[in-house]
Amino acid sequence: MADTPIIQIEEMHKWYGDFHVLKDINLTVNKGERIVICGPSGSGKSTLIRCINRLEEHQRGKIIVDGIELTNDLKNIEKIRTEVGMVFQHFNLFPHLTILDNLTLGPIWVRKTPKKEAEEIAMYYLEKVRIAEQALKFPGQLSGGQQQRVAIARSLCMKPNAMLFDEPTSALDPEMVKEVLDVMISLAQDGMTMIVVSHEMGFAKSVAHRVLFMDGGEILEQNEPNEFFNNPQHERTQLFLSQILD
Amino acid sequence: MEETITSKTTVEIRPPVTNIGVIGWMRANLFNGWFNSILTLAMLYLCWQTIPTFIDWAFINANWVTTSDQCKASDGACWSVVTSNIRFILFGFYPHDLQWRPLLAVVILVGLLIYSQNRNHWKKSLGYIWMTGLFVMGLLLKGGLFGLESVESNNWGGLPLTLLLSVFGLTAAYPVGIILALGRQTKMPIIKSFCVVYIELIRGVPLISLLFMSSVVFPLFLPEGMTVNKILRAQVAIILFTAAYIAEVVRGGLQGINRGQYEAAESLGLSYFQTMRLIILPQALKIVIPPSVSILISAFKDTSLVVIIALYDLLKTTQTTLTDPKWMGFSAEAYIFVALIYFVCCFFMSNYSRRLEKELDTGL
Ligand SMILES: Nc1ncnc2c1ncn2[C@@H]1O[C@H](COP(=O)(O)OP(=O)(O)O)[C@@H](O)[C@H]1O
Ligand SMILES: [Mg+2]
Repeated sequence: MADTPIIQIEEMHKWYGDFHVLKDINLTVNKGERIVICGPSGSGKSTLIRCINRLEEHQRGKIIVDGIELTNDLKNIEKIRTEVGMVFQHFNLFPHLTILDNLTLGPIWVRKTPKKEAEEIAMYYLEKVRIAEQALKFPGQLSGGQQQRVAIARSLCMKPNAMLFDEPTSALDPEMVKEVLDVMISLAQDGMTMIVVSHEMGFAKSVAHRVLFMDGGEILEQNEPNEFFNNPQHERTQLFLSQILD
Repeated sequence: MEETITSKTTVEIRPPVTNIGVIGWMRANLFNGWFNSILTLAMLYLCWQTIPTFIDWAFINANWVTTSDQCKASDGACWSVVTSNIRFILFGFYPHDLQWRPLLAVVILVGLLIYSQNRNHWKKSLGYIWMTGLFVMGLLLKGGLFGLESVESNNWGGLPLTLLLSVFGLTAAYPVGIILALGRQTKMPIIKSFCVVYIELIRGVPLISLLFMSSVVFPLFLPEGMTVNKILRAQVAIILFTAAYIAEVVRGGLQGINRGQYEAAESLGLSYFQTMRLIILPQALKIVIPPSVSILISAFKDTSLVVIIALYDLLKTTQTTLTDPKWMGFSAEAYIFVALIYFVCCFFMSNYSRRLEKELDTGL
């Protein structure tokens, strides 16, 4: 793996009011690297990845994405957001637009791609997530698993350099989890840089280069997946793993 | 005994006759319980007493195109008060032989409204069609160009004035209301407090006082010799008033939008204005169609308050007709006629909103 960092986080802290959510976060993600973040609920996983595309603001330390440091500069923020795709737990598709319009919106309005070309790109990625035949339906007419695949395709249409996933399968009925994970695995095979908040251990084992464990706003432990699952160092990691594995 | 029971269960069971059809419906809705039965009978008696009398009065014995003396001699309705004064009621003091111009303007307006009902026509060209239409309407009313004789706006009145004030007022108030609602939501303290103060101030006073201020107080502040057209002042007052109400309704709609929608739009790199225009407002405005239409309907009827600043809107021209000694005492007929015009307009609005709601429904 070429060691070109795409995301660098240095000594980053974040507070909600007085509440210290993220404490001294240091994380470098290289191009093509795939990271899975796990940890108990409320440990700050969502907040961490939301800081990376400035859905949340950090108060101390540095976040550098694709060579651009995140500051209050709106232009930089918008630029970084076009380079980093985000997939949410609850899909957040735009319910008033068709699937196709959901996908072409970003390319047309942000990238200024001509409509026809944007539609070709959209259809390409809809094929890729195996849902092209639904292009003219509205999100409300699709199942949860289908909606999440559309949401992934929507991000891909922006041709991002990295993708963030915030518990992409945890709002899904069990039988739909696999179809979404399959799409994510194929994305990984294409070499996409990914940061995934997830408790899907099978996915982490087969795809991740590194697994991070967060608790109480800190990254307590990180390791390559086999080591991480078979030989967790930290007591709280062991406890957490024992809880989710049975 | 037992035999009859078993044979009964084998035949297909149908609902008891009294549960279906007209009788079933009446039983379920009109005569369920002694209280409702009495109420139903009382209402029937009331209808029996009033409806035939009304029909006699309004249609059978009615005078359609007669003189006022013939009317006074008859005991039917005197629609002649409307038919003989129709031109004054509809067009006020607009010069008699030029009244084809406001008539044509109204026809154009109604045509535009009907054309815009079809969602397939919602393209950029619709904006241009409206602009052209409004320009032609203004030209027809005002004249002074292309050989059309100029008509002072003081002479405008009746239906065109009512429609002008409401259509312009409502179309201008809506964008202003949206901007106020967005302003009230921003984090920028100055803009935010301006919008809050504005909305609360306007909502705290009746429209009459705004109209009054615009016509009496406002001119006091203008430099000597400068005047602003009276209709324009009324129009601005109506716009400012309606906008405050629309702002609150739109704000309600904005609050109904999930945070996730903002986040998804932002994470695609859309700017604030793109997010609002493409994602948030289309959804928020759809939610608030029903309350918006209520505001539009009441604003439409409220335009009749312009009488207090001596504008001759539809209601005022009707009142004026009734001060003519010949037609005094036929106010019921005249007001029924005006009520019908108002009703048709309001019905059109609420009907259209219901269709729009259905068409925009995407199942989520
Ligand atoms: N907008 C907010 N304001 C205040 N506290 C918040 C906010 N969002 C999250 N938190 C708190 O921050 C902590 C971390 O939240 P989150 O990052 O969502 O955790 P996770 O995704 O790991 O479950 C939680 O204790 C949560 O209650
Ligand atoms: Mg979370």
